[in-house]
Amino acid sequence: MKPIFWALLSGACFGAGLVISGMTDPEVVLAFLTLDASWNPALIVVMGSAVVVASLGFAFAHRREAPFADPEFHEPTASSLDARLLLGAATFGVGWGLSGYCPGPAIVGAASIDVRALIFLAAYLVGSAAYEWWLSNAQPDLTPGIAMSAGASAGDG
Amino acid sequence: MVNALIGGSLIGLAAVLLFAGIGRIAGISGISATVFKRSTDQRWALAFLIGLMVSGILVGWLLDKQPLRDLSAVNVPILLLGGLLVGVGTRLGSGCTSGHGVCGLARRSPRSLVATLTFLSVGMACATALAYLGNQL
Repeated sequence: MKPIFWALLSGACFGAGLVISGMTDPEVVLAFLTLDASWNPALIVVMGSAVVVASLGFAFAHRREAPFADPEFHEPTASSLDARLLLGAATFGVGWGLSGYCPGPAIVGAASIDVRALIFLAAYLVGSAAYEWWLSNAQPDLTPGIAMSAGASAGDG
Repeated sequence: MVNALIGGSLIGLAAVLLFAGIGRIAGISGISATVFKRSTDQRWALAFLIGLMVSGILVGWLLDKQPLRDLSAVNVPILLLGGLLVGVGTRLGSGCTSGHGVCGLARRSPRSLVATLTFLSVGMACATALAYLGNQL
């Protein structure tokens, strides 16, 4: 099977999983993130089952020398716990807690013409582009570690 | 909860397909940035996103999920702010719920564990505070 078919199949599986699990509804996500009487644990069940299946599958995949349709595994190499990682994850957490959207559900929602997802995704793309612009214009001497972390950024996900 | 288990397992399977097939990490924020960059990775990234969107529309239609079309029921400023912060934060922190929360934890990456605990706790604090403030107004 050609590389793009693996990607197409993976994306299709991901989209089905997001919709079936209810994660494309920001109200379900916010019901998990909001700690009150109507707390809904669905998100942690989704994440937990995904992690279990993925860790078993990754172990299986690693028994091969290389992937089925690529010469090598492209795994992230960064290992340092730096300020960028923490600041980025915290910033993402604030946006997620405000909106109930992370990138996957927003893309599926926008494709389904959900007005919430469309508004979120437009701002998300502006935020990502602003970061890329900042990265390409930042002075290397003022921002040590940028080049290394930038290389890792495509890797982690 | 059965839906959460089935859906979550499918998300895990998607991560396995991408990794076993082409050795890539199924992180949506990374893939959606890759699709805008001129490189040989653009093709598979675009294929992934097309699969994600088409399948999302089809399964949503099959399960009769109703997308929200009424703009008056939406808090636009909060969504815009949320989108901006998620856009910047996922690039700065090199990943989102899928890249760190699913793939990274499955790979037992310490970076992803720290990132996941951070965005989960900050997200919970933020959503809980917002709901509390909303109830006070």
